[in-house]
Amino acid sequence: MSEHLLSIEGLGITFGGLKAVDDVSFTVRPGEIVSVIGPNGAGKTTLFNMISGIYLPGRGKVMLGGEDVTGLSPNLLAQRGMSRTFQNLQIFQSMTVLENAIAGYHLTERGSVLADLLNLPGSRRRAAAAAEGARALLTRVGLDRAADREAGSLSYGALKRLEIARALALSPKILLLDEPAAGCNAVETEEIDHLIAEVAASGVAILLVEHDMKMVMRISNHIVVLDHGEKIAEGDPATISRDPAVIAAYLGTDAQTASETETADAQG
Amino acid sequence: MKLSSKHVTLLVLLALVAISPMLFPSGYYYRVGALIFVNAFAVTGIVILTGYAGQISLGHAGFAGIGAYACALAPVHLGLHPALAAVLGALISAVLAWLVGRPILRLKGYYLGVATLGFGILVSMVLNNERQLTGGPDGMEVPDLGLRGVLKDWGLDLSNGQFWYFFSGICLLIGAWLALNLYHSPTGRALRALHGSEIAARVVGVDVAREKLKAFVISAVYASVSGSLLALQNKFITPDVAGFMHSIEMVTMAVLGGVGSVLGAVFGTAVLTLLPQVLTAFGEYEQLILGLVMMLVMIFLPAGLLPSILRKLRGAEA
Amino acid sequence: MSELLQFLFSGVTVGAVYALVALGFTIIYNASDVVNFAQGEFVMLGGMLTFAGSAAGLPLLLAAVIAILATAAMGVLMNKLAIEPARGAPVVSLIIITIGASIFIRGGTQLIFGKQIHTYPSISGDTPIRIMGATILPQSLWVILGAVLVFIGLWLFFTRTLLGRAVLATSNNRLAAQLVGINTNFVMTLSFALSAGIGALAGVLISPITMTSYDVGLALALKGFAAAMLGGMGNPKGALVGGLLLGLMEALTAGYLSSQYKDAAAFIIILAVLFFLPQGLFGRKSTERV
Repeated sequence: MSEHLLSIEGLGITFGGLKAVDDVSFTVRPGEIVSVIGPNGAGKTTLFNMISGIYLPGRGKVMLGGEDVTGLSPNLLAQRGMSRTFQNLQIFQSMTVLENAIAGYHLTERGSVLADLLNLPGSRRRAAAAAEGARALLTRVGLDRAADREAGSLSYGALKRLEIARALALSPKILLLDEPAAGCNAVETEEIDHLIAEVAASGVAILLVEHDMKMVMRISNHIVVLDHGEKIAEGDPATISRDPAVIAAYLGTDAQTASETETADAQG
Repeated sequence: MKLSSKHVTLLVLLALVAISPMLFPSGYYYRVGALIFVNAFAVTGIVILTGYAGQISLGHAGFAGIGAYACALAPVHLGLHPALAAVLGALISAVLAWLVGRPILRLKGYYLGVATLGFGILVSMVLNNERQLTGGPDGMEVPDLGLRGVLKDWGLDLSNGQFWYFFSGICLLIGAWLALNLYHSPTGRALRALHGSEIAARVVGVDVAREKLKAFVISAVYASVSGSLLALQNKFITPDVAGFMHSIEMVTMAVLGGVGSVLGAVFGTAVLTLLPQVLTAFGEYEQLILGLVMMLVMIFLPAGLLPSILRKLRGAEA
Repeated sequence: MSELLQFLFSGVTVGAVYALVALGFTIIYNASDVVNFAQGEFVMLGGMLTFAGSAAGLPLLLAAVIAILATAAMGVLMNKLAIEPARGAPVVSLIIITIGASIFIRGGTQLIFGKQIHTYPSISGDTPIRIMGATILPQSLWVILGAVLVFIGLWLFFTRTLLGRAVLATSNNRLAAQLVGINTNFVMTLSFALSAGIGALAGVLISPITMTSYDVGLALALKGFAAAMLGGMGNPKGALVGGLLLGLMEALTAGYLSSQYKDAAAFIIILAVLFFLPQGLFGRKSTERV
């Protein structure tokens, strides 16, 4: 059993008197895929925003690699190996696809601003190395042929993959994916599915928020269930899909999907 | 070989500087040309701040004022050569921009606007009120750069207008080259990234406050050098150079032409510098027409003149 | 003591004008997210048109009413012709449009009325009123009274009338307001009319004290903008407090420190306030949503 890479301890936040997230704890190990699921408004994205430093948590701690990183700003978290994507895309619209991916290399390609102004060899070398890495990543997510297009012109599914490529450019130790398959068709979902598994296999810890239950059940090692901001269950996919509290929280269609998935998994 | 957009821009500018004089009917046009280049130099800085990084300043004329008055004051009081005085002005502007920028760049949109506005007004107020030092609203004389004399000794005899035309043109080319380098560099990418999405930029590790500050300082130096060039060229300077209207002019020139690109900004500068010259023919209607042009361009060509024209041309080709 | 009181009087008078200009900024900003740098021109028009009307032989009161109505119409025109067609443009383009409008109005006024400085008689004469050793012009009292009435009237309008609530709803969430059937275009038109009219009223009241000419608008716009930002853009209470504070700071600086640097003190304090409260004194704190 390897060390915990990310450990969430009693995290909570209140918006206008409402506890959006309350006392949530769990851990993620390197190479592990942990999914956070729950009905709409359960606080999944808010939890992500606290972990990734966009919201300052009201209570609790975020430990990354044994270091307390609670409330650290996103750019400092990036330096410590955390990277994420967004539910509502945050793409640099007016930059090209390639430049979006290169932007993910900011921490390795940045250098003296004077060298950048004067286009000194050092600056060019850094930029070229980043471009090379970015091209490889675009190939990996199947966007190499769109490299020189303006990012704003890409389809939704392609932008989702571009965000993953940009996040991977940081060579993260932990990757937070907020609904990477939302709005994608079946083929795209499967591609993303494979990509996530591949990244995890290379030792990157993955924290996933996803609505596609089939995908969650298929790829997760561990699932955390939120409802009304609280953790109501936690365990491996098989356990979670049988958990009465989870089924009650999902009431109806989603619960059914979950149990169907389980059957499908058992058959497959 | 396919030319990069950077080289195309530089070649177009070079051609512009070199070929335009052949069309000049009189020596007067060298002065107008020089004025366009000097303005375009400051506007190139606005392209970096507003076009690349998406930050608004309504007070950059303050830095132009510092650059201009450095050239007027430092030679007299510190015995510096005017060229060194310009460098000193740029240094002071950079340090001041760094000090002022740190607190105010946390502000967004209009709040940043009013903070930079306040800074510009403070500078212009000091220049207006410290009469013993600056001569107040009447302005003061600026010593000669002396370079024209040197060139004459070397056998290159240029009229004053010609000299400033080519000197400012070369300065603009250098300024444009630096700005274009920056655009395609890691820093430029970080600036454009935070312009696109501040949150996503932070997530990929961009220290947003720091990068904004870099853009602010660089653009302040551009404004300062532009002020110095203006002072040296006119051999006289008044506090108007630091006034609110000059700040607005810079932003308008950049946005009118197309704030995202250096070439667009130069184009906008040319239009807005020439317009008053043309409009003097309209006498009292000058202000009326200027305001009208500003509104019409922004309403009908929100991307700016040059990008809109280019798009039309491309549309015609297709 | 009487000296301090004297400075306070002049500070409150000027502050009341700033507050009205800031209120004009606020009303338009709330309806459309536009900061209208032509706001100062409305003040100028109020004074200039009143002068023109009375010079043409109209009774002063009638001239003032016509000036206010004409300026309000100008505000509506500006919205229809320059702001509505540019909906959705970036902040800096909108700034340039409104500055263009301001230059246009200034140029037009200069063309029609020339460059002379004008004034007209005060409402109740020019005999200063003595209060505890300090003096105040009767016209100052009219300025202050005008500002108070406008703020009370607007407060009633926003809280007691259906239309006022529609304006508030639009400023909170344009789309939601449209969905519940509020005609947001009408709300914008109304806001421009209201804010131009208020600006003109300020101009009508202050011109007998400060005099007026075609070019007084810009400085007023900058002060009003600064006051609105100081109070927190979008909040009428902020406009009132910001305007009065700015006026008082100027008067006190001019009185005790240096009249040349009265504007400097104001802007230094604004910078200081924004340093600690990036949204101004009463501004709404926005949370980023991702």
